Amino acid sequence: MADLSIEFAGIKSPNPFWLASAPPTDKAYNVVRAYEAGWGGVVWKTLGEDPAAVNVSSRYSALYGPNREVMGINNIELITDRSLEINLREITQVKKDWPDRALIVSLMVPCVEESWKYILPLVEATGADGIELNFGCPHGMPERGMGAAVGQVPEYVEMVTRWCKTYSSLPVIVKLTPNITDVRLSARAAHRGGADAVSLINTINSITSIDLDMMVAHPIVGSQSTHGGYCGAAVKPIALNMVAEIARDPETRGLPICGIGGIGTWRDAAEFVALGCGAVQVCTAAMLHGFRIVEDMKDGLSRWMDSKGYTSLNDFSGRAVGNTTDWKYLDINYQVIAKIDQDACIGCGRCHIACEDTSHQAIASLKQEDGTHKYEVIDDECVGCNLCQITCPVDDCIEMVVQDTGKPYLNWNEDPRNPYRVAS
Amino acid sequence: MIDTLSHLPRPDADATELAKNFSDLAPPLNARQAALESARCLYCYDAPCINACPSDIDIPSFIGSISHDNVTGAAQTILSANILGGSCARVCPTEILCQQACVRNNEKECAPVLIGLLQRYAIDNAQFSEHPFKRSAATGKRIAVVGAGPAGLSCAHRLAMHGHEVVIFEAREKSGGLNEYGIAKYKLVDDFAQKEVDFLLQIGGIEIRHGQKLGDNLTLTELHQQFDSVFLGLGLAASKQLGLADENAAGLMAATDYIRELRQTDDLSQLPVANRCIVLGAGNTAIDMAVQMAKLGARDVNLVYRRGLSDMGATDHEQHIAKDNQVRLLTWAQPETVLLDDAGKVRGMRFAKTRMENGRLSTTGETFELAADAIFKAIGQAFDNNSLSDPLAAELKRAGERIWVDENLRTSIAGVYAGGDCTSLDQDLTVQAVQHGKLAAEAIHSTLSLKVEAA
Repeated sequence: MADLSIEFAGIKSPNPFWLASAPPTDKAYNVVRAYEAGWGGVVWKTLGEDPAAVNVSSRYSALYGPNREVMGINNIELITDRSLEINLREITQVKKDWPDRALIVSLMVPCVEESWKYILPLVEATGADGIELNFGCPHGMPERGMGAAVGQVPEYVEMVTRWCKTYSSLPVIVKLTPNITDVRLSARAAHRGGADAVSLINTINSITSIDLDMMVAHPIVGSQSTHGGYCGAAVKPIALNMVAEIARDPETRGLPICGIGGIGTWRDAAEFVALGCGAVQVCTAAMLHGFRIVEDMKDGLSRWMDSKGYTSLNDFSGRAVGNTTDWKYLDINYQVIAKIDQDACIGCGRCHIACEDTSHQAIASLKQEDGTHKYEVIDDECVGCNLCQITCPVDDCIEMVVQDTGKPYLNWNEDPRNPYRVAS
Repeated sequence: MIDTLSHLPRPDADATELAKNFSDLAPPLNARQAALESARCLYCYDAPCINACPSDIDIPSFIGSISHDNVTGAAQTILSANILGGSCARVCPTEILCQQACVRNNEKECAPVLIGLLQRYAIDNAQFSEHPFKRSAATGKRIAVVGAGPAGLSCAHRLAMHGHEVVIFEAREKSGGLNEYGIAKYKLVDDFAQKEVDFLLQIGGIEIRHGQKLGDNLTLTELHQQFDSVFLGLGLAASKQLGLADENAAGLMAATDYIRELRQTDDLSQLPVANRCIVLGAGNTAIDMAVQMAKLGARDVNLVYRRGLSDMGATDHEQHIAKDNQVRLLTWAQPETVLLDDAGKVRGMRFAKTRMENGRLSTTGETFELAADAIFKAIGQAFDNNSLSDPLAAELKRAGERIWVDENLRTSIAGVYAGGDCTSLDQDLTVQAVQHGKLAAEAIHSTLSLKVEAA
């Protein structure tokens, strides 16, 4: 079997699956259960200055799929609501009992040097393997000048990162907020401040749904609500893009990235690694199904790696980065056309109506003698947008077939139709 | 055995047509069906299906693995709890076990998740590059297993995993027990029982000696002396008797004997067919017998039972299979007389009508006759007492006619364990036998390990 062990920013872990700083890593009880279940590491739920935060009730809401599958969760919980002393004591004991697992401590204190100077040695004394700076929490804490309030200002990110490198010898992972316009600016700031790694994404500002009787958003606190942080499967595409942006940014090239956002299966994890991550963090999937999900994550990843001949994560980490580029470099002469496998087609008609109403009227509906319909692609009308394939409920029924146009690679910079083209 | 029916005709259909009749009763799922069905699983915590599985398979986990495109991982999850998960997926009465317990087994949810078929999908489509279980370091201990049926095989595999050497003593030519000789042909097609045995033996450390029968050329006394432990997975080798006159007449035989011939023959068209036949009994073997006779071309198959439909051991699902194959289920009638023709061959049976009277089954005084060319007894299996005739075996404590065991499958003799149908514990099911074998192996292992520590 493939070797899943990693060394990420100097932190050793038997596998790349870590639990993110969140309710699942709130206290020793949960963390020990996680280690027993086989997680390679945890990021302990964010510590802060005493007095500890106070939470409201209720705290979570969700976006559901048609079968009541949870697509994403929104939360308004704050950092730890337990005292610093209790957390530090538990961290010390857990690390002592589980020396082979990664234990990273998430931190959030005011944007004042003295606060960081005070807490960092206390954390280091626990024997923890590293620290993660929570610059991302989008609710509650920014109003106190912490969390996303720091993460959204690159100068602050750089400054606090530097303090941490000054007052601690532990590896520093800077957790980035997605609630910004360009995540590369934060990543570059962390890099300048001396960060050993970045982790992303933290949760996204969100409101999942509105109770139309009470006219209030979820989760409801009395008769009010507030925006929360969105996570779970639904945020994965956003996270993957932000990871890719940082991975291919020349200014941060080589900076270790810990992927977070909607990871629930081994395949999700493999995708983040393919975009350059050296470890991943999981939260929502564990909150929905319990810590046992890690078994199939490890097993599935390892078997897939075996099938590809990859012996370690390094063998395929970042393999998809080079193929991720700017639109302007895409081949304008590349052409695909949809092809429907008539034997596989179940005749649901979804491809037809999607194309007819919203795209290029390129799928004909042909009524048959027996009253059923046959769906056929009109090649001349098809632009190769993939929508029919996306709507089709049958795997591999609609194939996007590459056409031989006989034309060479041509990108938009070079295209004569581009009035601003760069003359070659 | 089947000589008693040699005067009967052969099937009208040719071998090809008959082979079709005996094809897979529940065809396997394809990839899309498996994906759709696995997505229906709600991944329950403390899942009722697991509790309902006698062999403790982690059903939600393996279905989740199928859903996540990790079919080999799914198979490993199944096999780690039940090394005969492939045959259990085919022969288990899931309608009274996991699928009965499934939280989607109600009208609102349409139907239970098809756990049996998903399990078969995982096992059939797994791609192991080598045997998925490794043996622990050799212990130097040798264990005798009597019977290469599901209990014995399961026990042997688990013992081999723990590093012990195992010798299986099997009376018949082939291993597999009822999977090979006793299950209806259309439930286990393509020689699956033998393929499964071959897979199981890949672990190594298991030797099977065929033609070795306890009470015949083998004694418990010897085994107890020569091995560190003994496991008895004898099954129930004898068929129960009706206790009527002319029970040995031509045309009357035990259903299990006929099924064994049917399972072993290469040419179904050479089997004797009773165009009019009677099957006596109410369990799954009775159904298997009646349906197989119907599939061979019998025109008039009557399954007769002395009580009502709801008392039958055969599940609703099994009764439906019988009805789908034009088997007539006659209830509240018990055999009274075997009717013979001038040549002394079976020509039918006279039955006494029965009813419940003050909680007891009694005859009403009315009788009726059914014409038949053959009568098959499927009124239950019995313990073969010859197998426990040697001095040590005779000492085994019994529960009724079966072998008494405690919850760790220990018999009354130290170092001797037993499991499966030959014991009084639990239901007589393949999956239960597998569990007994596994638990017995664990008990044997822990006892032998303790001895090593103490030594």
